[in-house]
Amino acid sequence: MYIRCKNLSVGYNGASVTGKLNFEVNVGDYLCIVGMNGAGKSTLMRTLLSLQEPIGGEILFGETLERFEIGYLPQQSEHQKDFPATVWEVVLSGTLGKRRGLFYNRQQKDLAMEKLQELGIAELKGKSYRSLSGGQQQRVLLARALCATQKILLLDEPATGLDPHAMQQLYRILDELHKKGITVIMITHDLNAISHATHVLHLDARKPFFGTRESYYQSRQWKLFREWEQGEVSAC
Amino acid sequence: MLDKILFYLNFPFVQHALIAGVLIAMCAALLGVILVLKRFSYIGDGLSHVAFGGLALATVLKLSDHNYLIMPVTILAAIVLLRFGSGEKLHGDAALAIFSVSALAVGYLLMNVFSSSANISGDVCTTLFGSTSILTLTIHEVWVCIIMSVVTLLMFCLFYHRIFSVTFDESFARASGIRVRLYQTVIAIMIAIIIVLAMNLVGSLLITALMVFPALSAMQILRSFRGTLIYAALISMLGAGVGILISMVASTPVGATIVIFDLVIFLIHVGIGKVWRAS
Repeated sequence: MYIRCKNLSVGYNGASVTGKLNFEVNVGDYLCIVGMNGAGKSTLMRTLLSLQEPIGGEILFGETLERFEIGYLPQQSEHQKDFPATVWEVVLSGTLGKRRGLFYNRQQKDLAMEKLQELGIAELKGKSYRSLSGGQQQRVLLARALCATQKILLLDEPATGLDPHAMQQLYRILDELHKKGITVIMITHDLNAISHATHVLHLDARKPFFGTRESYYQSRQWKLFREWEQGEVSAC
Repeated sequence: MLDKILFYLNFPFVQHALIAGVLIAMCAALLGVILVLKRFSYIGDGLSHVAFGGLALATVLKLSDHNYLIMPVTILAAIVLLRFGSGEKLHGDAALAIFSVSALAVGYLLMNVFSSSANISGDVCTTLFGSTSILTLTIHEVWVCIIMSVVTLLMFCLFYHRIFSVTFDESFARASGIRVRLYQTVIAIMIAIIIVLAMNLVGSLLITALMVFPALSAMQILRSFRGTLIYAALISMLGAGVGILISMVASTPVGATIVIFDLVIFLIHVGIGKVWRAS
């Protein structure tokens, strides 16, 4: 067991947005967190990352998972778009959490290089981050997250802003990482992502759902969610 | 003209002005890179207004050393602003507008009502646009500038990687266990100190230019964070040095000369960047 949430409620300023959540993430799971806009997906993510305190309930971390041993792939913020940084600088910064030293040592550099190669972006090493395509940037951030963890990845709407091809590529990479034993937690509003998951957490203040993918496909939440998403797409 | 410059360089007050000016410009550029990248440029602007208010108050209270009041006030304002800037409730720019305009108004009012000097508009103009105070630095003030720039340089060298991580992606940095708040607070304090020191150089209205122009120039042509920092510091030092010398030779106001020189450098870099990207 990596993470277990008991009656967890998250929100801002003492007001819960999610209702009480009970779910757990075990080694080797691939969990998709879905829900309407404003259902508290990002807030839950921030709470799991200890970026904010829960409103109620508790989060238990398994003994094998240290508090900061989570690889986080945040949504891209506006200011990163023209940030002068090389791919190498960005990926290396993923190794900072583990070490107390002021400068990067051999081990950290090797780790960053290994992750660049693993994701097939070693040739981008000296390139400027802001000159990359959305899909490449996403892979750079994924490499950085992998430098921070061997165990668990948290991704916040990673498919946002990617073209369908880059999106498929991202899902394929995640599938490969999952096969290698990395646990994946992904917030998404992309219905296709669910087919890659083993478990689904559907956030809804009144009736949340947590279970395996198969049981989710039978649920009422899935039916509503699908209709809503399709409505969104056709509205565009 | 060269003779004239060499002649001027013999005077200790010119040497002091050059040393202090170049060092302040370096620190301002380094911290300015962070401000620009984090979209916090407006904080530099707001703090300079706060510093002006502090200066006015210190003048009225007839403190022997104005910095005893200006420093704490500006540092406090910097911490408050950075906290609000990242907070959800109150937007940074709204908080700032209130802050800076009030500080400016209070400062001017105080100077006007309580000033014993006959030339109030001259005094105000000096504090806003810097004019001559850089040429009347005491050796003590020069040392403060030297010590501050050593501290700034040391901080950037030792904590370079963590500063990068916090600037590039605050959430990721915090999630991987870096003490983001601590770094932000330290950076806020240093920005406040540099702004107070820079007030002597370019005056409180033009400080933002000193922080923002070199960073923006460097970002036009460089692709790495390290390169951007080093380059911004270098062109800022060049701008301050050349600006001070030009202003002496041509008898122009120091602050405005430096800022216009920085502006020209910036425009040139925009041009170079455009050409590079096109090719």
